[in-house]
Amino acid sequence: MSGPVIRCAIYGVLETMQPALKGPRLAALFMLGVLLFNYPLLQLFAHDGMIFGLPVLYCYVFCAWAALIGLMAMVVERSEQP
Amino acid sequence: MLTGGMIVVVSFAYVGLLFAIAAYGDRRADTGRSLIANPYIYALSLAVYCTSWTFYGSVGRAATGGMGFLAIYIGPTLMAALWWVLLMKMIRISKANRITSIADFVASRYGKSPLLGGLVTIIAVVGIVPYIALQLKAISTSFSIILHYPGIAMPEKLGSQLFVGDNTFYIAMLLAAFTILFGTRHLDASERHEGLVAAIAFESVVKLAAFLAVGLFVTYGIYNGFTDIFDRAAQDIRLQTLITLGGESGNYGSWASLTLLSMFAILFLPRQFQVAVVENVDERHLNKAIWLFPLYLLAINIFVLPIALGGLLYFPSGGVDADTFVLTLPIAEKQAALAMLAFIGGLSAATGMGIVETIALSTMVCNDLVMPLLLRLRGLRLNERRDLSQLLLGIRRGAIVGILILGYVYFYLAGEAYALVSIGLISFSAVAQFAPAIILGLFWKGGTRQGAIWGLSAGFAIWIYTLLLPSFAKSGWLPATFLSQGLWGIELLKPQQLFGLQGLDEISHCLFWSLLANAGLYIALSLARTADAAEHAQATLFVDATRHVPGAGSRFWSGSASVNDLLTLLGRFLGPDRAREALAAYARVRGVSEVNAIPADADTVHHAESLLTGAIGSASARVMIASVVDEEPLGIGEVMHIIDEASQVLAYSRQLEQQSRELEAATNELRSANLRLTELDQLKNDFISTVTHELRTPLTSIRAFSEILRDNPALDMAQRENFLGIIIRESERLTRLINQVLDLAKLESGGGEWHAIQFDMRELIHESLRATSQLFNDNHVTISATLPDAAPEIIADRDRVMQVMQNLLSNAAKFCAPHRGRVTVALAPTQGALRVDIADNGPGISTEDQAVIFEKFRQAGDTLTDKPKGSGLGLAICKQIVEHLGGQLWVVSAPGAGATFSFTLPLPEVRA
Repeated sequence: MSGPVIRCAIYGVLETMQPALKGPRLAALFMLGVLLFNYPLLQLFAHDGMIFGLPVLYCYVFCAWAALIGLMAMVVERSEQP
Repeated sequence: MLTGGMIVVVSFAYVGLLFAIAAYGDRRADTGRSLIANPYIYALSLAVYCTSWTFYGSVGRAATGGMGFLAIYIGPTLMAALWWVLLMKMIRISKANRITSIADFVASRYGKSPLLGGLVTIIAVVGIVPYIALQLKAISTSFSIILHYPGIAMPEKLGSQLFVGDNTFYIAMLLAAFTILFGTRHLDASERHEGLVAAIAFESVVKLAAFLAVGLFVTYGIYNGFTDIFDRAAQDIRLQTLITLGGESGNYGSWASLTLLSMFAILFLPRQFQVAVVENVDERHLNKAIWLFPLYLLAINIFVLPIALGGLLYFPSGGVDADTFVLTLPIAEKQAALAMLAFIGGLSAATGMGIVETIALSTMVCNDLVMPLLLRLRGLRLNERRDLSQLLLGIRRGAIVGILILGYVYFYLAGEAYALVSIGLISFSAVAQFAPAIILGLFWKGGTRQGAIWGLSAGFAIWIYTLLLPSFAKSGWLPATFLSQGLWGIELLKPQQLFGLQGLDEISHCLFWSLLANAGLYIALSLARTADAAEHAQATLFVDATRHVPGAGSRFWSGSASVNDLLTLLGRFLGPDRAREALAAYARVRGVSEVNAIPADADTVHHAESLLTGAIGSASARVMIASVVDEEPLGIGEVMHIIDEASQVLAYSRQLEQQSRELEAATNELRSANLRLTELDQLKNDFISTVTHELRTPLTSIRAFSEILRDNPALDMAQRENFLGIIIRESERLTRLINQVLDLAKLESGGGEWHAIQFDMRELIHESLRATSQLFNDNHVTISATLPDAAPEIIADRDRVMQVMQNLLSNAAKFCAPHRGRVTVALAPTQGALRVDIADNGPGISTEDQAVIFEKFRQAGDTLTDKPKGSGLGLAICKQIVEHLGGQLWVVSAPGAGATFSFTLPLPEVRA
């Protein structure tokens, strides 16, 4: 048996053993998103107040949206799985 | 100043630019340097999701419903998080099976059912028609508005002239022409359009840039930034509700159902399936798209609410349709260039959607609706036509024109009654019907064809009744009583309050009833009856796609075919040249020299079928392949046996475990072998350096005394003789050493001659004592022997045994102290052997030394300070000899207590 063959086989084994965390992490973000963008959390911000000169709801939705996208980017780019 | 001619020229120039990009993209693809093979283009092409609905309609929606319009973009963001699981699986399945449309995907999942493929196609076409009407309406409206620059005029009510004399009809036909040029120039087995994707990605950039430009202008050019607009809106009593979830779509139920609807839409809209699955170059591009695409949606929506509020504040009288604010605000401010940019942005959004959607639909119509029907009509003798590729192209082109005409007719019939977004939502609701069959079908093997067919049919029927027909009724093409009193005046059948359900908006209402019937029937019928063998096989392929065991796919088939038949068949649909090319490529993969040498096995047939699937859809491909292949139907038992998932996956993982264990063992073996080799190498080096050292010692003294004799002729005789005696002894020692080295080498290599004879060990011992008696006398060591009266004779090489005896005896003599030394030799028979002990009362050997004295050139004691008493080869030779004769040699000793060397020699086996 030659070296590269053994190494490939070992990497193959390692790959199958590596816990696939990316899927579960993204699924968790999905749940977080469902929570953030639905009743009742949405109702907390659905009033006619202003924050930084912007409507509270407008501000909340776009901030939460951006944060969710940021988290998704982090999970996708950081996970080892190709 | 903008004139009509100039607008037309700029529009055509823009479309020309798109063509140039598409042509460049196609050329790059042909030369193998794909323009679209990167995640950024992929993410941008996914943004074909944003149509005129987004570009014009969102503002209109926001102007009545406030933040409610955002649900349509939150949904895809949430779904993007699930892409890693869902879309990845769809991409893998589609690539493996050459699936080219959503209809093909559903048909393929449920046993390549032509009926199901046709049903999905019909639902998609009918469902998407309003959506295409939306784009036509947007282009037509925006065109007539910008024509009136710098005035602001809403388009007049439609005249009675249908087709001829209506601008929209010509727009629809132009769009059809673009689409045909873009999408159906030639037939490709994979249905991929690299150039088109490049153009779509470019359009996504244009529409985003245009919208952001208008947004920035309205926010910072007309008003003083976000806070200014929101401040003014907060003071306006009409607008206060808009900055919350106010307006007609203000309740959380609508918000949730729109989110769900858009989640389905982003996966199942035919154009999304086309760009996300069919045109996907590399599934790893999904990684970046998962967050880049939502980012695009976020960016294109930031200015929607400011533009909507700004427009409402700007046109307080309400004479301007909010759907047109993106265009009318720049016009009102006399910004000709910006208005033109906005128009081009809207055109990008509308044409991008129109082109990709109609291409996707035309593929479905051709592959899953028309071809299966034509192939069934025996009267056409389609089976005998040589080249069908032109026919396929013709069908697709016809389908494109037909779909756009349907869109135009819907626009004409119902377009006026609705805002842009409301029209789009009707289409979204139709596409949502695919969700149970696809999502459940991807993860649940039990879902059956019957369930899918009846579920889809029921959902589609309810959609028609609760959304499509009411849209005609609202436009006056159906009696208004249909809406207000229900079918035949039955209250319970009121289409938008079905069975008396109230309190939901029309979209949520339709979604609830249609998905209830759809998913309910799907699950109920799937549980009622099991699937047949072929269906079960496909279900397993789909559900286990991400953990597919290599080589399992083609095992679902057994039968025989001839490669020539397959080639002819492929040639008829792909064109003979393309078919030959495709099979030649396959031959290279299989490692055979030419097409005719391809083995006609299951793999080949499977490959041919997948090639054909690309051109005419899975169901038709199944039928065509079956016509040239002798198939042996697979029994359900056989299939169940083959595809028993648990056992397969288990076997696979066991195989992996086994492999890794073997690898580990092999690695250990290799490591120890390597260690042993290093040791041997070191030993060899030691051996050579020791031998040379041992040779040099006698040589040096011979040379030294020879020189003395030569240089001193006056030396007296006695001294001369003394020196000559030393020279002779050293020469003898040298000879002995060389003999021993040679002897050892011979023994170690297993060579040398061995003369086995029968002899009495007692005699040999006596003889050896006699031979060494002089040595013992010289050293003043006494020697005695205790031998039994009789001993069995042994068979061995007598001279070699003699050598061992003499060696051990001379060792004993050498190491004993003079005068006090005593050596005894004993002989005793043991179990199957004779044992000889040679005991002395010398200084003994330490435990560490005992381990090494049998090795070459190793002597007891410190070789650096003590004068060596032998060559260090004697015991090594003895050990070699004894072991060669089948015996053992060992020593028992303790420092100060003498040493006993013993060896055994096996007795000959007693023959009966």
